[in-house]
Amino acid sequence: MGLFLPVIAVIGLIILYVWYLYNDLVTLKMRVKESWSQIEVQLKRRADLIPNLVESVKGYAKHEKSVFENVTKARSALMKAEGPKDVAKAENQLTGALKSLFAVAENYPQLRANENFLQLQKELSDTEDKVAYSRQFYNTSVTEYNTKITLFPNVLIANNLGFKAEEFFEAGEEDRKKVNVKFE
Amino acid sequence: MPLSVYSQIESNKTKTWVIMVFFVLFIATITYVFSQANGSGLSYAGFALILSGVVSLGSYYWSDKMILAMSGAHEADRKKDFDLFTVSENIAIAAGIPKPKVYIIEDSAPNAFATGRDPKHAVVCATRGLLDKLNRRELEGVIAHEMSHVKNYDTRLMAITAILVGMIAFLADWFMRMLWWGGGKRGSDNEDRGSMTAVFTLIGIVFAVLSPLIATIIQLAVSRKREFLADASGALLTRYPEGLANALEKISADREVLEAATNATAHLYIVNPFKGKQFAAWFAGLFDTHPPIAERIKILRAM
Repeated sequence: MGLFLPVIAVIGLIILYVWYLYNDLVTLKMRVKESWSQIEVQLKRRADLIPNLVESVKGYAKHEKSVFENVTKARSALMKAEGPKDVAKAENQLTGALKSLFAVAENYPQLRANENFLQLQKELSDTEDKVAYSRQFYNTSVTEYNTKITLFPNVLIANNLGFKAEEFFEAGEEDRKKVNVKFE
Repeated sequence: MPLSVYSQIESNKTKTWVIMVFFVLFIATITYVFSQANGSGLSYAGFALILSGVVSLGSYYWSDKMILAMSGAHEADRKKDFDLFTVSENIAIAAGIPKPKVYIIEDSAPNAFATGRDPKHAVVCATRGLLDKLNRRELEGVIAHEMSHVKNYDTRLMAITAILVGMIAFLADWFMRMLWWGGGKRGSDNEDRGSMTAVFTLIGIVFAVLSPLIATIIQLAVSRKREFLADASGALLTRYPEGLANALEKISADREVLEAATNATAHLYIVNPFKGKQFAAWFAGLFDTHPPIAERIKILRAM
């Protein structure tokens, strides 16, 4: 009888703790999801800019077919990719293809003076920044979530509640800088 | 680091309330003294209590608009001010807060500030000079610094300080003028004139004593630590401290004075808009709400 109350109290505390932890983890997980969709929004925006860009370069440099093909291929690969790992890989490929597209553009002074092209270049460079920043925010959210589910004693509970570690979105950190140096 | 950011947020929220209560009590007390000396009873003091309460709450909700109007700022256009507009969007993405409203002051002195009572009502404002002189990475550094002020609730406290303490400073100034120039012309008979002069003298003295006190309040409220903290959290957002360091270097090398800034709004800006030119030395010391730029740059470069 003397043990009854303390045992009830301990069980109560554990229930409260699990309750709190569960809600906390759900919130963090939602943030991870939300920041992932932010990345997708920006990648979509980037993909939407590319056909126009290719068109405006084509107007001046018709015979650079392989470059256009590479960009188009990389673009559709990115649009099909799913999950952080695949998307990161496709994104790197597209960045590389775009780099050679801009390298080609360098050889056409008239193109570099074209208002439409300049505007697209600016928009694209801004979108790359946006991708980079959403990736940063996504990774911060993932870190926070992953840390929370691996800490003791959370690790004992989180796994049973079905919370699994999320994947980071890793892409070459220097992407952003390299591309931007070219635009400035 | 996170701990100090969260305690900063708490302390900012508390200080905001303290200043609002202080303002209401202060105005009510002054009015009470005034009406006692005048023999007009308590009704004025009650009126002042209500009015200052309304002003205080009004400032809480509309301080951003008042400050923007005081600074003569206009809203930025995505097409014309592409870099400022998109950089603000991007930093908001990095910080995980809604995109702020973006404003511009047409002045060639490079400077910037942020305002708004919470991240949902944030405003960042840059001068034309800043946009002309900085490149995109440097601008990112400045905007990230400003957005950190928003995220840490510095902007809430600073906006309230600007409006309410600024209002007292304005009243002080106004009463001093009345004391020197206007007091004599009131009242037709000598007795009336005598008591009026006495009242104005009293209030004048109170406000004269008050001016350094106001400066102290601003200083207490606006700790210099917040600038370092905003520099650091800004660098955490851009992952490129050099951008802000370069920007600070360029801004401080510029000797132009920002005309849109006043005593009340000076502490809002990323760099003191008066550049130590306009005040007498002791006065500048009192209002020195910003740590030395050289020190800020040194810390940023060491990151």
